[in-house]
Amino acid sequence: MDLWDYLELAAWAASALFGLFIVIDWIRTDSTYDEEFLTSSREGELEALTEEQHRG
Amino acid sequence: MAKAEKIEHVGLARVLGPAHVWALGVGIVLVGEYMGWNFAVGKGGAYAALMACWFAGILYTCVAMIDSEVTSTVAAAGGQYTQAKHIVGPLMAFNVGLYLVFAYTMLEAANAITVGFLVDTVATMSGHQGGVDQRPFIILSIMFLAWLNYRGVLATLTFNLVITAIAFTAVVVLFLTTAGIFGAGPLRHADLLSGQAALPYGWLGVLASMHFGLWFYLGIEGTTQAAEEVRSPARALPFGTLAGVMTLAIAATLTWYVCAGLMPWEYLGQSGVPLFDAARLSGSYGLMVFLGIGTLFATLASANGCINDASRAWFAMGRDRYLPGWFGAVHPKYRTPYRSIIFLVPIALIFALGAPLDQVVTFSILSGLLEYTFMPLNIILFRRKWPLDTIKRGYEHPFHPLPAMVLLGLCGLAFFAVFLGYGTQLVAMIAFYIVVSLWFHFWRYRFVNRGAQFTMPWPKPRGY
Repeated sequence: MDLWDYLELAAWAASALFGLFIVIDWIRTDSTYDEEFLTSSREGELEALTEEQHRG
Repeated sequence: MAKAEKIEHVGLARVLGPAHVWALGVGIVLVGEYMGWNFAVGKGGAYAALMACWFAGILYTCVAMIDSEVTSTVAAAGGQYTQAKHIVGPLMAFNVGLYLVFAYTMLEAANAITVGFLVDTVATMSGHQGGVDQRPFIILSIMFLAWLNYRGVLATLTFNLVITAIAFTAVVVLFLTTAGIFGAGPLRHADLLSGQAALPYGWLGVLASMHFGLWFYLGIEGTTQAAEEVRSPARALPFGTLAGVMTLAIAATLTWYVCAGLMPWEYLGQSGVPLFDAARLSGSYGLMVFLGIGTLFATLASANGCINDASRAWFAMGRDRYLPGWFGAVHPKYRTPYRSIIFLVPIALIFALGAPLDQVVTFSILSGLLEYTFMPLNIILFRRKWPLDTIKRGYEHPFHPLPAMVLLGLCGLAFFAVFLGYGTQLVAMIAFYIVVSLWFHFWRYRFVNRGAQFTMPWPKPRGY
């Protein structure tokens, strides 16, 4: 085993970690919020939304 | 569910500036200077590649000008898909959306394959025996960039800005070091480009080299995908896109000049990493390391921008129900199209791990070419339906309809060039788009959210 063999293992492990983060957060998000809310983005509504959030 | 009650809507975050738009466009493309463009040299010699570089430069300048005008008024995610939806019609929009997703996802896969190849090259150069397993590095590049894109667009494109700037600086430094400006340089254009080497396959070679000449600029049109996330679309999009195409024209010419002066065309036409090879031939270890880092950064920046763009196009199609509405979701915390990002990860992985690089690259080029062919039609219809005095544009491109005509003519040339080398793939790709068009027309269109399609506050089109 040399440095490159360890780097291969590290790359596998890091890939799994990034994948795991994405999947866990995806499941958590989908179970926390309404589907209607998550898909509420509408083209052309952005100006109004930005304005609303700016006012807090 | 409490949060959902507090805020009624969630949308993409408008946080980007012109520099991010530049980083998105140039970031996707700059890898083409580091590798790929030189296959044009193999098709017709170094001079043919230079002509292809400039013809492609004209093609993409037309693309950038047309895109800048239209997208400065259609400020929504989806880029050319959204333009087609507003200006041409649903079937064109569906096809353009698919061109975009295919072009960027294939390019992302090609970049990931290249990351694996680069790691293997460095391992071999450092004395590692037997080569490395490239798969974990290919997967890591896709997973890391997908995670970054998932977490937010500002961090994603700021990252792109930094690594793209470093990769571009590396090209400039290589030119300054080798061009002989500060003393005698190693370039030998007179020896390498004379006699038979000037145009080894004649003018047919020039035509054939157009195929890979596109590689110098392919993807710059991706800047439009940021339309819904820039703070000032009317200013940032034209500025970022036009500055991007100028940067690329400079980088492309410098790249050709250095490489054609250091390597014979027979070698340059087959090189896997021509700029890195040029740095090695310069005899400077520091330059070699810098260009090695530049190659890796350019590759990562391209894959990163591709994930950003493909997911925005997929998201926009989902939001309009051209695809299942499930894809139209936005992450409430990170404000990204997270389901579209996730969905495209396995597709990119399948192509990156299972398909040969040249096939992946060709499918990307073909999808891009189909998209460019749509643009002249788009701008002609746009100007006819909404003349200059009816809608205020952030940018008005000059000499209309000349750029549209030039673009159409150059696209025809490029299609012929691709047909010379990859005729089967071209026919297969067109057959694929015909089949999916029939599916969309006879089945999917019934689910489209027709009432919410036309969102721009424009007057009625002239003649309707």
